[in-house]
Amino acid sequence: MDLTDLTIKQAHQGFKKKEFSARELALAYLKKIKQTDKDLNAYLSVAEESALSDAELADKKIASGNFSELTGIPCAIKDAILVEGQKCTAASKILKNYTAVYDATVTKKLKKEGSVILGKTNTDEFTMGASTENSAFGVVKNPHDKTRVAGGSSGGSAAAVAAKEACFSLGSDTGGSIRLPASFCGIVGLNPTYGSVSRYGLIAHASSLDQIGPMTKNVEDCKIVFNVIKGKDKKDATSVESEIQNSKFEIRNSRIGVPKEYFAEGLDKEVEKIIKNAIKKAEQAGAEIEEISLPNTKYCIACYYIIVPSEASSNLARFDGIKYGYSDQSQKTLMQVYYKSRGEGFGLEPKRRIMLGTHSLSFGYYDAYYKKAQEVRKLVKQDFTKAFEKIDLIFCPVAPFPAFKIGEKADNPLSMYLVDIYTCGVKLAGLPGLSLPAGNVGGLPVGLQIIGNHFEENKILAIAQELENVL
Amino acid sequence: MISKKEVEHIAKLARLELTENEIEKMQKDLSAILDYFDLLKSAPLPSKILQKQNLGGQAQNLRKDEAERCQLSDEIIGSAPDKKDDYIKVKAIL
Repeated sequence: MDLTDLTIKQAHQGFKKKEFSARELALAYLKKIKQTDKDLNAYLSVAEESALSDAELADKKIASGNFSELTGIPCAIKDAILVEGQKCTAASKILKNYTAVYDATVTKKLKKEGSVILGKTNTDEFTMGASTENSAFGVVKNPHDKTRVAGGSSGGSAAAVAAKEACFSLGSDTGGSIRLPASFCGIVGLNPTYGSVSRYGLIAHASSLDQIGPMTKNVEDCKIVFNVIKGKDKKDATSVESEIQNSKFEIRNSRIGVPKEYFAEGLDKEVEKIIKNAIKKAEQAGAEIEEISLPNTKYCIACYYIIVPSEASSNLARFDGIKYGYSDQSQKTLMQVYYKSRGEGFGLEPKRRIMLGTHSLSFGYYDAYYKKAQEVRKLVKQDFTKAFEKIDLIFCPVAPFPAFKIGEKADNPLSMYLVDIYTCGVKLAGLPGLSLPAGNVGGLPVGLQIIGNHFEENKILAIAQELENVL
Repeated sequence: MISKKEVEHIAKLARLELTENEIEKMQKDLSAILDYFDLLKSAPLPSKILQKQNLGGQAQNLRKDEAERCQLSDEIIGSAPDKKDDYIKVKAIL
């Protein structure tokens, strides 16, 4: 038996039956990382020593009989989420030598359960991108085809789970950064409702959209991890305690909306076939399928790429060469330290977003860009509100195509931005969405996106789990 | 096309030093992206009711404005590239 094949649930059963120890499971994953990650580049750092001491603690818990489903389960954390004592770089040169001085709330929650943290995963710099090609430390390769991207920005977290270099991982999603790599790598990825999970200790990209979420081998595992990390945290004022829904959700009692705008020009024919097949399977299982319209979809990318860089330009102002991170101390004046440290520390994409955001917020342009985008955001949100008056869930593609070639879009930022076409509207509206493996095109995985109303992750997860068995 | 001067102006506002190559690339990239944003001009205006609605609505979750002791001040100050005692040291301002 290869221990890295096991899901969270299966590994937990194994611990219960004393078939193997948490140390053995951790060692199996660490061995796998050594074997395959040189090639994939999913990890930016591996914390072998602390992982083994986590495992030792977990084994003690297991021996006591008082342990939970995540006790002893090896996981990987996106390198934009703080783990105390470990480097946290956000895949940026500006944070190359930064060591986290505290745990993110999600990290704290995983540690409390006794999870084993294997290391930190690669991402686009400051989570800005759709392919991890913007990482300052090299691109993540797709485990299904190493000439292709793993998707981004949580590409390292997705590839690590797909290549069995971690039992599960945490990613973060601002415009599609969990769902897109999950789709490209053939795993399950959940972007929770805005406010479901605390962002305390997540390096901020765009604060009105950022969410942390689980990336797992299957839906059952996704549910387990989500239930651990969610909830109100006094250190994140936007976090809320969602009500527990005890109702049973089944495909046969659900109304599923299919937005016509998501099946328009630009959608790969093979991807369309796979998504339509998944919708058909839901219909055969008794769901009511209804075509819906989200008429402001065409404005989503423009709206998103004004709001996000605006917030990012403000969030990234903290990297000034003074408080922490890279600093050019050879400069004579404070101003020169700012210019040099930021100029040398940031890569091209953060620079582009800082420039775009600064421009959108600047005198004379604010009304035309930022204010207009905020108005359009309300329209996008209203589209979804109206849709959810008559349906339970939305089914659509995660991306217009499967994983693309490394380098294919790297030199054209606008074409990279357009990859977010089916994922960023959800974020503008603050909704939850999940990517479920639904098939493949020539060996490249394709994800079905299941979108729910605010705080209805349970409904998404229940339907996804049922569908997982028939796809 | 956005001018070199405009790019330099924005970079200055953003406290960002750009190389000549980067300025040239920014001119090209920002122009293409800003042109794409023109799409929003055709977007309808939100209704009066919608305009008044708050997008977030999280203000009610704010905690009381009470000071709490932070246990991390030493570690946080310790992360600064240059410091003296408990102070972060900066270069000359003028």
